[in-house]
Amino acid sequence: MTRIIKYVFTDILRNKIVLGYTAFLLLISLSVFTLEDNTSKGILSLLNIILIIVPLVSIIFSTTYIYNSAEFIELLVSQPLKRKHIWSSLFTGLAGSLSCSFFIGAGLPILFFAPAAIGLIMTAMGLLLSIIFVAIAMLAAVMTRDKAKGIGISIFLWLYFSLLFDVFILFQFQDYPLEKFMIIASACNPIDLSRILILLKMDISALMGFTGAVFRDFFGTQPGLAIAFLVLGLWVMVTFWLSLRKFNRKDL
Amino acid sequence: MKTLLYILSFTLPALCCSAKTIRVGKQQPFTTIREAIAAAEKGDTILVENGTYRERNLVINKPVFLKGIGLPVLDGEKKYEIVAIKADNVTVEGFRIVHSGNSSLEDIAGIKIYNRHNVIIRNNTLEDNFFGIYSLYGINCIIENNSITSFGTAELQSGNGIHCWKSDSMRIIGNSISGHRDGIYFEFVTNSVIWRNESYNNIRYGLHFMFSHNDAYACNIFRENGAGVAVMFSHGVKMFHNFFEKNWGDAAYGLLLKEISDSRIDGNYFTGNTSGIYMEGTSRIQVEKNEFSTNGWAMKIQASCLDNVITGNNFLANTFDVGTNGSLVLNTFDHNYWDKYEGYDLDKNNTGDIPYRPVSLYSMIVEKNPAAMMLFRSFMTSLLDKSEKVIPTLTPENLKDNYPIMKRLHL
Repeated sequence: MTRIIKYVFTDILRNKIVLGYTAFLLLISLSVFTLEDNTSKGILSLLNIILIIVPLVSIIFSTTYIYNSAEFIELLVSQPLKRKHIWSSLFTGLAGSLSCSFFIGAGLPILFFAPAAIGLIMTAMGLLLSIIFVAIAMLAAVMTRDKAKGIGISIFLWLYFSLLFDVFILFQFQDYPLEKFMIIASACNPIDLSRILILLKMDISALMGFTGAVFRDFFGTQPGLAIAFLVLGLWVMVTFWLSLRKFNRKDL
Repeated sequence: MKTLLYILSFTLPALCCSAKTIRVGKQQPFTTIREAIAAAEKGDTILVENGTYRERNLVINKPVFLKGIGLPVLDGEKKYEIVAIKADNVTVEGFRIVHSGNSSLEDIAGIKIYNRHNVIIRNNTLEDNFFGIYSLYGINCIIENNSITSFGTAELQSGNGIHCWKSDSMRIIGNSISGHRDGIYFEFVTNSVIWRNESYNNIRYGLHFMFSHNDAYACNIFRENGAGVAVMFSHGVKMFHNFFEKNWGDAAYGLLLKEISDSRIDGNYFTGNTSGIYMEGTSRIQVEKNEFSTNGWAMKIQASCLDNVITGNNFLANTFDVGTNGSLVLNTFDHNYWDKYEGYDLDKNNTGDIPYRPVSLYSMIVEKNPAAMMLFRSFMTSLLDKSEKVIPTLTPENLKDNYPIMKRLHL
């Protein structure tokens, strides 16, 4: 199992796209922090990049990688190996290498330039988002045999989590301002949840409106933060478990 | 005879008005202040030495100068009104006044002025009183350099720090007030000045104004009060060079204006409040040369406001610059500096060539549906705001700064 992980890991790290992704993140985060004289403004610009780019790259790259290594997977399956081990090593390799490149590209500059609390939570969120979207990508890839369809599904999922979900929230519940419900709703979208967690460490005064206060009371406390991380962890585990179940039963 | 009369006319007034000094203390002829006041004449000085005095309801019914040496303690034992001033021209200075009674029927205070002129209350320390200093129909009184602290937790169990009711020409200067219901409370108070006070950590408002016309407050600091500062139902109020800081919470405002007219707000600093200024039903107010920084909303102007002029202000790093609840705009917002302005200045006259719209679509949505705050700074909302900036549809068409300043103003 470790050998497969090692193989996938090194294979991806040598990949030109991942190298480019790392360089791109590094370039953006360094230029944002050196050009802006105000660190908090720099963090804000980075916030949207992390929340948009990281999930996009993670999901698209992972889906294509799974499809491209279909023959490799078939070869592995023919060996005396458990499918569970094959699939989890693929996941570990993908998540590990993408998190690694995020950490080098954005995490290190953020930790270096930003204040400690914000830097830590932002890096943690970036890493978690990378892993979550790798898991989602694997679920999308295992759903269908057709590569084009699979990539289509993952692009749609990314679009849903970063845009469509917000549109629903914005216009669907306008007549029913359900504050408690909003906390549950935020847990249904890892991107929203990570943004809220980061913002709670940043501009508190705006979030101190009633909804803000509800969020702050919940996520601002230690147990709330633990629950938020647990929810993000569940996102990884549940999606991965679903994809694993599907892969176990799949007729390759 | 003529000479005698002449001499008498000089000496008699001097004789009858020669003020004496009475000392109160353990080793002095008088051991209680009550006895000293009973023995005092008009204009006498009563010097109270260090110690603790339990005078129950001490009434000052003669124009005397009451001064504590080394901060003697007047203790109300949680039962009594400590000092009641029922004479004109009284001065109370240098006492530590603690533990007044607490009542839901009467307004019991540490020091209370009953319908009097020219009273001076100076350099006292008031701790753990229901009301701190209370002026009932006081005229031309000075309340200066007092430190007033209470430890209230609920609005009903706590009175106001400095409370003025139907008073006139009051001067409230250099006091420090914390832990009361309202720091300074004015109701039906006219022609008065509130200057250089510090009001912080009060349960409700740092300063509360009701039906008080033609007053000025300047150079005060209002910090971390439960609901900030409220000015209501008054006209001719001048607010100069005050600091409104860190008033956080859904119902907390740096400055809440309700039914105010013909007033000026100049040179104030609004920093880190949920809403810097909240205006409702105000008219003809000049808001000039203020600085709004790091507030949730710098200003919330309800559609019921009329003919207000907001000009020459700095808006820096606020989450939302202006919020409003309707499309009717009868106020002007010209010549301000907005750090979010993205326009250009081709003719280099330091005035932007295209108007700035301080109300974003997202702030309108949040106003209607507070739960949408969940999407704050998401990609979706910035997309909406950008498209709205290009073609305004939902935000009020007329709420704009036609001449936005390009560089931050030096205030």
